[in-house]
Amino acid sequence: MQILKSKYSLLIVVLSLAILVTVPLLFPGYKTSIATEILIFAILAMSIDILAGYTGRTPLCHGAIFGVATYVMLYYVTVMGGSPWVGVLFAVFASILVSIIFALLAIRTSGVYFILLTLALGMIVWGVCLRWTSVTGGENGLRGSVTPLWLQDKVTLYYFIASCFVVLVWMMWRFVNSPFGLTLKGIRDSESRMRTLGYNVPLHLFLGFVVSGFFAGVAGALYAFFNSFVSPSTVALAQSTEGLLMAIVGGAGTLFGGIIGAALVISLENIVSLYTERWLMVIGFMFIFMMIFAPSGVLGAVRNFIKSRQ
Amino acid sequence: MSMTIFQLLNGATFAALLFVVASGFTLIFGLMRIVNLAHGALYLFGGYLGLTISMMGGNFYVSAIGAAIGVALMGLIIDLGLLRFVKGNELRQVLLTLGVAFVLNDLALVLWGGDTYSIPVPSYLDGPFEMGDVTYPKYRLFVLLVGILIFIALWLLMAKTKLGALIRAGVDDSETVSAMGVDIRKIFIYTFMLGAALAGLGGVMGGAFLTLYPTADSEILVFSLAVVIIGGRGSLVGAAVGSILVAMLANFGQVWFPELAYFVIFGPMAVLLAFRPLGLFGKAS
Repeated sequence: MQILKSKYSLLIVVLSLAILVTVPLLFPGYKTSIATEILIFAILAMSIDILAGYTGRTPLCHGAIFGVATYVMLYYVTVMGGSPWVGVLFAVFASILVSIIFALLAIRTSGVYFILLTLALGMIVWGVCLRWTSVTGGENGLRGSVTPLWLQDKVTLYYFIASCFVVLVWMMWRFVNSPFGLTLKGIRDSESRMRTLGYNVPLHLFLGFVVSGFFAGVAGALYAFFNSFVSPSTVALAQSTEGLLMAIVGGAGTLFGGIIGAALVISLENIVSLYTERWLMVIGFMFIFMMIFAPSGVLGAVRNFIKSRQ
Repeated sequence: MSMTIFQLLNGATFAALLFVVASGFTLIFGLMRIVNLAHGALYLFGGYLGLTISMMGGNFYVSAIGAAIGVALMGLIIDLGLLRFVKGNELRQVLLTLGVAFVLNDLALVLWGGDTYSIPVPSYLDGPFEMGDVTYPKYRLFVLLVGILIFIALWLLMAKTKLGALIRAGVDDSETVSAMGVDIRKIFIYTFMLGAALAGLGGVMGGAFLTLYPTADSEILVFSLAVVIIGGRGSLVGAAVGSILVAMLANFGQVWFPELAYFVIFGPMAVLLAFRPLGLFGKAS
């Protein structure tokens, strides 16, 4: 059984890579850009899943961590005239810094309080971006291309993001399956037992949060290449919510669910926006629907099905 | 000197508004363990409903009461129509109310558009009030008065009535209360409607001096969250103390560091969480 499973997973990995490579051929033109966007948000969704699914702490601040990287990237490159690659370093560094501050406060709480606190923390970032006009441009945001010349072609950008994506997904997969990741799972299932076993629970939560923030920050920095524009809506609650929705639609605690969730949510967004501007309402209804009827998401349902067969 | 008094009054009147909104939030949170993230959207809806009623010719008080009743009914629909399907699962409840918040916010945008509105106040509340060398808008003093009256009314409700006693008992141990033959479900519904009504009332009160616009809901929500985190779940006194703290900080923050006003409410929240994760008046469940 175990061998069969690993054979299947090898097959799935090879198939996924093949799909990833052929996307620009299968979906030319603007659809390639949508695929690029899906990959970026899949990284964000998976970074959220590290906390929501594997650590049992549902964050509503990852849009802010993501957006801080985008802001720093655009500010450093377009306002200060720096190199985009140094910009990526600064952007990710800024996200890690924000994550450290958030983590120090948030790890003291769990359950609903964790959601509330991270929501409030994310809103503070949003408020600062909105009001600190001299740096962030207020509601107008920051605009300007940070993409080097050789990356400006849509297909090249896609392959660039896809390569980063593969590396990051591999890193996240290794992380959640490492002894450290398993400890996080243990904390999710029983915090008191892990403490009794001698694990330093707060330290693990802190590091888990910061690692998750690191990946969200990388996604945010990549987003700057893709979008060339950032405004308070990039760090708003809606962004955090959309990322969480992707993780939940795909299935919290499955990591790869984030990819499926991002693909579904962003494809839907693009289809829906052809007909109506009421995208936020659609997100709202999706959340209500998921919570009432399908809280375990797509991959969660598949996993439950496989478990029930065994 | 008069400037300081002016700012103190600004803080106090904002605190009164915050208390009205956050007390509803903390009641629902305390008794039902439901974090209603749609509370801000209910506030906004209350404001817009009041606006519509006053545009149809209703006076200020009719608008306020109409909005409170309308939003209480919305609360009833949310509770009976949606929340009961995810009963007992905190995480799903919170995320469901988040979905509701998005739907309501977008619905408000469809119904009332993205312009900024202000609810008209009665003429005798319009204009400034002179106290020695301080002149201050009459309406904001009225808000302060209403906030204090609502605090007293809620305190009497909780301390002196049977419903209040049942709510308090439910906050401490809802299982035992229902085991003693009380229909806790009914108490839950009443509380949810009362909490929603307070949000709706707050919408009208705030809509007259802070104006109504599409992102007003998330702004009031984050203030309410800060109040409840600081004050502690389900505590009226906590909500009052939290409101005063948050409002004063937000107000003086806006004066001293206008660009970082949001940051200033974050400081005390952080310090408090470091020492009292359940808030000043919060009890462990």
